[in-house]
Amino acid sequence: MYLCAKFQDCKIKKVSKMVFNKQFLKNSLTALIVAVPLISFANSTQDSVHGGEEAYHTAKLEKHGEQHETAHEASPAEKINDHISHHLQDAHEFVFFSDEATDEHFGFPLPVILFDNGLKVFSSAKFNHGESIAEADGNYYKLFHGKIYKTDAAGELPLDEHHHPKNAMPLDFSITKNVVSLLLTSLLIFLLFSSLAKGFKKKGPNALPTGFNRVLEPLVIYVRDEIARPNIGEAKYKKFMPYLLTVFFLIWTLNLLGLTPLGINVTGNIAVTVCLALFTFVITQFSANKEYWGHIFWMPGVPVPMKIVLAPIEILGMFTKPFSLLIRLFANITAGHTVVMGLIAIIFVAKEQLTVGGSIGTSLLLTLFISVIELLVAFLQAFIFTMLSSLFIGMAVQEHEHHHDHSHSHGHDHHTEDPEIPVI
Amino acid sequence: MEIPNLVGAGLIVIGAGVGLGKIGGSAMDAIARQPEAAGKIQTAMIIIGALLEGLAFGALILGKN
Repeated sequence: MYLCAKFQDCKIKKVSKMVFNKQFLKNSLTALIVAVPLISFANSTQDSVHGGEEAYHTAKLEKHGEQHETAHEASPAEKINDHISHHLQDAHEFVFFSDEATDEHFGFPLPVILFDNGLKVFSSAKFNHGESIAEADGNYYKLFHGKIYKTDAAGELPLDEHHHPKNAMPLDFSITKNVVSLLLTSLLIFLLFSSLAKGFKKKGPNALPTGFNRVLEPLVIYVRDEIARPNIGEAKYKKFMPYLLTVFFLIWTLNLLGLTPLGINVTGNIAVTVCLALFTFVITQFSANKEYWGHIFWMPGVPVPMKIVLAPIEILGMFTKPFSLLIRLFANITAGHTVVMGLIAIIFVAKEQLTVGGSIGTSLLLTLFISVIELLVAFLQAFIFTMLSSLFIGMAVQEHEHHHDHSHSHGHDHHTEDPEIPVI
Repeated sequence: MEIPNLVGAGLIVIGAGVGLGKIGGSAMDAIARQPEAAGKIQTAMIIIGALLEGLAFGALILGKN
């Protein structure tokens, strides 16, 4: 075992030397990655500079119905706000970047699946980026702020006082941008980890993994030894490992994908995080033992009036735990995306004050700084979600009285060894 | 009198900042006293930090509407 570990060490050193020697490649790649998000902002203020073009654009938008009734002379700040809020939302199409001057969008449409008196399936190209009305089997649909509303042939969308259309909304099961990203990520994770599993099966548990598996295996072991084992307990952690690993790698991959300039924001979508937290909630409740329910409804060891006071609080606590999980992930990722895009927007907002070169330099530096922090946050959020999930599951499954003499007598050697505490 | 949401957001951030500072400071103290237990202290610190952060973000989001 020791030899094996040593061998692995040497091998990794050798490999890392081989890969990271290409300093130039690394540097230029980093520069490219940093610069690439700028594409998504390209051309976004061109129109406000050219007054005539702007007027033309406004007229064009008004022609397309009331949807853009606020399309007055939009200042750069307003446009940036629109851009950011648009990015944070889910969409029915995949647009990588668009040219406002020529009104061109570069991306691809996605299938729209509606349930409205029968299944309606059509391509989102019919919406023409929200500018035209899609027709399917005699029904008319229109996009309004990323949501599909039922309308008539003229495309009437009367708004109420909160600026929401009064039209009916069909049930929307479309393959949206987030769904595509989620499916792709799942496929990626499935392929990576099935190859890891295959490698294990072929070579046995003690062999050195090859290729990318060498990156994945320590991560799996990290989740097992640092997250699942200490929180759930030696006796029962195995049952929950599949869920914890899935959640960890799914969230991490999606977070990292959100940092790329593809414009994907899956973990910053509250529906996704609600679903993930719901899984944790259901798993916790269904694997809970008698003691857990006892602690919720009839807390042992406190006087009866206190028990009556504590029960509602504990029941509330059952729901606030997953709620905080979902809010944390959602808000962290949303905040991260907003900050990154806002810092890129410095180029357009501070153009006059800092000159073009200065604003680009400032924005680049700040964006790089925040992007590096976001890399950490991407991992940290995946870690925290998994950690707290396993903590909640651990609370529900642990047997408090018999736990100690059980795990400490024949547990793993490195866990029972308490570090020597110096007397101060 | 109507208090703007931004004031609430600022108060939340101040509160969260004080809390995070206390967590971080205490963790540093603890690690300085017992460097062997650094790993465990860090994990606990991150968990408590995350709980605090969840609260702060929840308040920010609820306050935004």
